[in-house]
Amino acid sequence: MTDPLLRLTGLTKAYPGVIANKDVSFDIGRGEVHALLGENGAGKSTLVKTIYGLVKPDSGKMTLEGAPFQPAEPRAARAAGVAMVFQHFSLFDAMNVAENIALGMENPPAQSEIAARVLAVSDQYGLPLDPSRIVGELSAGERQRVEIIRCLLQDPKLLIMDEPTSVLTPQEVAILFETLRKLSAEGTAILYISHKLEEIRALCETATVLRLGEVVATCDPRATSARDMAELMVGSTLHVPEKAARDVGDVVLSLKNLSAKAPHRFGTSLRNISLDVRKGEVLGIGGVAGNGQDELVAALSGEMPTGADMLHYKGKAIGQMRPNERREIGLLAAPEERMGHAAAPDMSLTENAIMTATTRQRLTTRGFLHWAKARGFAEQVIKAFDVRTPGPQNAARSLSGGNLQKFVIGREIMQDPEVLVVNQPTWGVDASAAAAIRQALLDLASKGAAVICISQDLDELMEISDRFAALNEGRLSAPRPARGLTVDEIGLMLGGAHDMEVAHDSA
Amino acid sequence: MDLSSINPVLLVASLMVAATPIMLAAIGELVVERAGVLNLGVEGMMITGAICGFIVAVNTGSPWLGFIGAAIGGAILSLLFGVLTQLLLSNQVATGLALTLFGLGLSALMGQGYIGIKAPAFPDWDVPLLSDIPVIGPIVFQHDPMVYVGIFLVAAVWAFLKYSRAGLVLRAVGENHEAAHALGYHVIRVRLLAIMFGGACAGLGGAYLSLVRVPQWTEGMTAGAGWIALAIVVFASWRPWRLLLGAYLFGGVTVLQLNLQAAGAAIGVAYLSMAPYLATIAVLVIMRAGRAPGSLGQSFHASR
Repeated sequence: MTDPLLRLTGLTKAYPGVIANKDVSFDIGRGEVHALLGENGAGKSTLVKTIYGLVKPDSGKMTLEGAPFQPAEPRAARAAGVAMVFQHFSLFDAMNVAENIALGMENPPAQSEIAARVLAVSDQYGLPLDPSRIVGELSAGERQRVEIIRCLLQDPKLLIMDEPTSVLTPQEVAILFETLRKLSAEGTAILYISHKLEEIRALCETATVLRLGEVVATCDPRATSARDMAELMVGSTLHVPEKAARDVGDVVLSLKNLSAKAPHRFGTSLRNISLDVRKGEVLGIGGVAGNGQDELVAALSGEMPTGADMLHYKGKAIGQMRPNERREIGLLAAPEERMGHAAAPDMSLTENAIMTATTRQRLTTRGFLHWAKARGFAEQVIKAFDVRTPGPQNAARSLSGGNLQKFVIGREIMQDPEVLVVNQPTWGVDASAAAAIRQALLDLASKGAAVICISQDLDELMEISDRFAALNEGRLSAPRPARGLTVDEIGLMLGGAHDMEVAHDSA
Repeated sequence: MDLSSINPVLLVASLMVAATPIMLAAIGELVVERAGVLNLGVEGMMITGAICGFIVAVNTGSPWLGFIGAAIGGAILSLLFGVLTQLLLSNQVATGLALTLFGLGLSALMGQGYIGIKAPAFPDWDVPLLSDIPVIGPIVFQHDPMVYVGIFLVAAVWAFLKYSRAGLVLRAVGENHEAAHALGYHVIRVRLLAIMFGGACAGLGGAYLSLVRVPQWTEGMTAGAGWIALAIVVFASWRPWRLLLGAYLFGGVTVLQLNLQAAGAAIGVAYLSMAPYLATIAVLVIMRAGRAPGSLGQSFHASR
């Protein structure tokens, strides 16, 4: 029993123009919870895909329990006892839970037997799930359960989890960690990838840090501070966003009983949202994905017109205004999905800049474009927000997620908005870029603009918000000062149990 | 107009015959679309099948061999589409339209020496005993074998998609090809097989026109049947049994308008001939289409 469960030796994988993994070696022991850390593009995904048989390494080898391990395809990896829960869930919306699980298994039994086994496993690990439900109707947490149960039904020796908690509420995270600890105690090793360092400190025994494809450090996360780990990942001192003291001014934007029907079948209706947003404040709105975030952004940006009186901007009813009219008066928005919603992937950065900045930057005259001016504006954004790209003529698609995110947020901030609405501003962005974006939002607020930041990352919201509110099934809780809120209180707000707080306090 | 000249039993019986070519082509396209591929070349594959089947049947004297030849011809033509769209990642819509034009031209070329020839007879297949039942017998049990093959194919596709492992994988590939790839399924291979099945079915549908319904070869004889088949797949919300319904609906209107023409209805012939197509459009507009397969029409390339 001296062999580790999985040993990686000198794994190297190069893509044209970039080395994704360079001489990566480390061991994962039986039952060990092993964290894999690194910024975006550090090579974590390539590495786990190599282990799962989706990517063939150029050189290097792996051994599983002492025997050579070179899975040619995921099927082989699964047969050897390696299972993986994907970051972007590998689920099929139109199919039911049992079918989805059958697809992830080698020799699935009949549907009825799968259903029985799903019930058994979900009971054993405290993951309630109905096998006959259609996956498209499940919440993010439930969808993840489908993935996990799919893995567990194969009795894996190694479970790979890629960013599993990014879409979960704190309570769901707690349940997940219980499950993982139980698995680990039963001898299943877990390779855990996350940006959330506090989670890694709470869960993992060993951490391997990757930077630019190389292993730069191995540490014990329980004995290392989150800040130290972040600096190992980045390779330099991490800049923590600073809140400048600032005055909160008059109300600029108020929502009065904002209600709207769900725009499509899997959408959420907005119900009676009332809110006042003041100059110079950052209002954080938390909530689990799919509780009305997209709809709220659409209502504020003008994509989804509402009753005219439901939205007031400086005392003027604007509910029926189109997006460009709202931009004209200073209400700007950056939606969550950067590829395809905030930016058109196949158009250049200059063209993408024109799309939202035409009105405020005066990039057109009588319908004709000022290309030079537009290019200049795009270059300004690229420079001010440190967007790594050869130039504004490059297509949005060619940028990495974090860089494009900096560009689309920067594009709005550079237009000097009076109210800026952002949804998930740092989703999938690495630590240093995320810090830069948060700092930019804080700077904007200190210049007197109001910022509404919708996010699922509670640490982020606590870091930058002055007030915090939670969205739940299209309802918004009353905002509370962010300072001093505890995780438990936030969890209750997110769970929609607003009334329970009273009982909780008096108890 | 003499409505009494329309015999309802014959009307329903000929409805089943009229619906068969569209049903055959549509069930193939349904499988293709459930695998996430939009092949607009159904018309081209049908007419290629029509001439291939006709040539084989005339030269061998066997309609059965003719149908087999038609299926192979349609599958080969569809493989061209498959290679272009799946391996060379060409645009599916443009390639499908080109395939239709190519098939029309190719079939005209192949059929040069076959104009005016009659196809070998394909006798009806009276089911013993059952065909003697009054009314139901002539409607359901006195047809040529391909009518039953069509219905059998619909049932087989339904069972395949619902109960078999391979059917589940095929639906998975059509629903979310990235996820299917991540789980280790061969997206391109599944799609190529589905495309070839679609081509073979379209070929059968075309051959049914040239060997049974007409039965002769004329250029452009499919006359839009491939497009109707495509529409019926959408009408059916990608579900086999509703596809059967759609095909019979279209077949029914076709037969009815022919009967009305024969009965001397006071409506212009042009309007009557239009009726099946108008009915298809009307139904498509009124019906709320179901949810299309998630990856329909998207090219897949395993980049990462």
